[in-house]
Amino acid sequence: MKPLIISSTLFLLACSTNAGDWPQFRGPGGRAVSEEKGLPVKWSVTENVRWRAELPGRGVSSPVVADGRIYVTAASMYRERRLHVLCFDAANGEKMWERQLAATGNTMRHPKTSMAAPTPVTDGRHIYALFATGDLAAFNRDGDLLWYRALQRDYPDITNQVGMAASPVLAGETLLLPLENAGDSFALGVDVKTGRNRWKAPRRRDINWVTPLVTRFRGKTAALFQTAGDITAYDADTGEILWSHKGNNLGSVPSPALIDDLVIVPGTPSVALRVSADSKPQVVWKSRKLKAAYASPVVYQGRIYALTDIGIACLDAATGQEIWRERLGHGFSASPVIADGKLYIAKEEGDTSVVELGDKPKILANNDLKETLLATPAIANGAIYLRTEKHLYCIAVKR
Amino acid sequence: MRRLIYGQGIVLLLLPAVSLSTQVSAEALAQLKAVGREGAGNETAARAWKEVVQQGPAALPPILQAMNDADAVAANWLRTAGDAIVERALTAGRPLPSEALKQFIRQTQNSGAARRLAYEWLCRVDPKTPDRLLPDMLQDSSPELRRDAVAAVLKQARSQLDKGNKDAARAAYRRALTGACDKDQVDLIVKQLDKLGVHIDVAAHFGFVRQWLLIAPFDNHNDVGFNIAYPPEKSVDPKAVYKGKDGKEARWIAVATDDPYGVVNLNKELGKQKGVVAYAYAAIESPKERPIQIRAGSMNGIKIFLNRQELYHRDEYHHGMEVDQHIAHATLKAGRNELLIKVCQNEQSEEWAQEWKFQVRLCDAVGAAVPFTQVNVP
Repeated sequence: MKPLIISSTLFLLACSTNAGDWPQFRGPGGRAVSEEKGLPVKWSVTENVRWRAELPGRGVSSPVVADGRIYVTAASMYRERRLHVLCFDAANGEKMWERQLAATGNTMRHPKTSMAAPTPVTDGRHIYALFATGDLAAFNRDGDLLWYRALQRDYPDITNQVGMAASPVLAGETLLLPLENAGDSFALGVDVKTGRNRWKAPRRRDINWVTPLVTRFRGKTAALFQTAGDITAYDADTGEILWSHKGNNLGSVPSPALIDDLVIVPGTPSVALRVSADSKPQVVWKSRKLKAAYASPVVYQGRIYALTDIGIACLDAATGQEIWRERLGHGFSASPVIADGKLYIAKEEGDTSVVELGDKPKILANNDLKETLLATPAIANGAIYLRTEKHLYCIAVKR
Repeated sequence: MRRLIYGQGIVLLLLPAVSLSTQVSAEALAQLKAVGREGAGNETAARAWKEVVQQGPAALPPILQAMNDADAVAANWLRTAGDAIVERALTAGRPLPSEALKQFIRQTQNSGAARRLAYEWLCRVDPKTPDRLLPDMLQDSSPELRRDAVAAVLKQARSQLDKGNKDAARAAYRRALTGACDKDQVDLIVKQLDKLGVHIDVAAHFGFVRQWLLIAPFDNHNDVGFNIAYPPEKSVDPKAVYKGKDGKEARWIAVATDDPYGVVNLNKELGKQKGVVAYAYAAIESPKERPIQIRAGSMNGIKIFLNRQELYHRDEYHHGMEVDQHIAHATLKAGRNELLIKVCQNEQSEEWAQEWKFQVRLCDAVGAAVPFTQVNVP
């Protein structure tokens, strides 16, 4: 069997950002792992805060970081009808530019989410921002508008009234958009230069919030789209189906994770698929121990870390066997991220738990920012970026 | 000669920004407005965007003018260009054409979105702008300006209430209500007025339709009914009786809702059913022809028809319901109009997927109720 090669440098195929950047939802390659060291373990509203910037509106999207700039989206005004794309200087938190759009699509949503739910994606030179309204805009790093789409105008039935939240990702010259809904439902590959469609593939008709994952398959760049009923790999250049696995009760919110030739598909049960170039995906193991709700699992040094309803579960990625489990309270909307051997878990109440990983977990700190915290943290350039209800925090050891 | 050149310079300096704006390429603005579906025209628009932004503050008035007849997609191209100009001008310490912006805002025939944008730019250079302009904007055609004007009056009302001046507070809340169209503001006003001894007919304020003829059950197993045009979509005969789902008899019944938000609970009126389609019919009399919005709320699959023309549809179930969730653009003709709502219930068995209800109101583009009467249907 020829293993599917998924190297740690694979994410470089999808973007041209620098090492240390955090260009998309869950960072480089969507792996939720940063190579950064020397990050603070403890912080508060005042302690280890390099800067704090006020945001013009709500959002549950994560900040993304590239080349010394931080990009974040927000939504404001009555029923979140105004959409914002903001750029901050990573060094001092000064706002470099802001562009606003009037929402062109339906803004109905569950109270917890926001029209600014999808995390933007950047290749370092351009920023691509999608909103739950279907508004999609591309800017250069200085805020010049390069192209704009109003996807609900193009496809009136795409949005769901709970609120779309899956994030766009980049695969070379293609921007991948998960537009999986109860009405019109499809995956879209958009030309990053023009914003025009490269391909459009029909998807299961049901509301879905899973951000796609980019990998390789038979020499091609593959985009993995997951719903409750399937995980399917599409050729990122053409939209051709490369492989597909049907399932029951796969997750419709958490994203899959990759380790070597395994694709970890969260669900009830979660499934580990071995994907090889010369056969259909094979189920290696199934586990109900990895029961993710909103948060996506993260893979690190052969182990899977997932947030359950009340804490963390650690599983052996090769076998699916549970290694340990730790209570940590509840209220996890953000996905966990890992850096320097530590798991950073942002909780809805505003505190972020820092857990040292190993054969036994050790809770190092619970850091309270005293504001609702629903966005997945970003880690880049020696700092942790946390987006709360009203602010963007840069958490870093003071120089 | 030297004197003449100097004189021309003075004239140029004194010219209002609108005159300077003639230098802005009409072609570039037209290209920004020519973007089509699925990104058609994006490349040309991107070049035009740069060209317009390079013009600096002089381009702001023509950008606003261009927004007057721009569709929502083009309006966002124009909005971002204007925002970029303002941001870069302020960073460079360059002035904005404030007088031209003020004039544009005052001219109420301009689009509400464009006037609001001009207002926001003006606020950035003159923080006193809200105090100066909002008092006259309680009936404004821009929903956002009107909302801010209502908020300003609510602040005055609260202040009077805190001072114990109940009569002044009551008057201020009543004044705020004349402009309020957003549910959160109306709810607040109605609650405060109620405490002050004034009862408001909320359904009338919003323009909810309260009397309906209902008919069911037509088949919607496996959601098939959403796209089937059952007899009421062809014509409404209040005396007609049809063979409905599973051979059940479907006949029209008259109902009236006393819900303040016009909600009609179909489970209550028609009996709890799954996998079915219901229709709701209302005859609406309008004193004159006018453009309106038909705004509905429902967590069920819904279609909106006016005078037998389908205006809106959404095939989505049990993802929540709120006032103004679905918006159809229409024209009421003078005299009698026939409003038909199709409300589909699916077959989900979960506890949270059992509701079957709807609400409909008739309003203008801002959200203020339009005058209409309901015609009794035999």
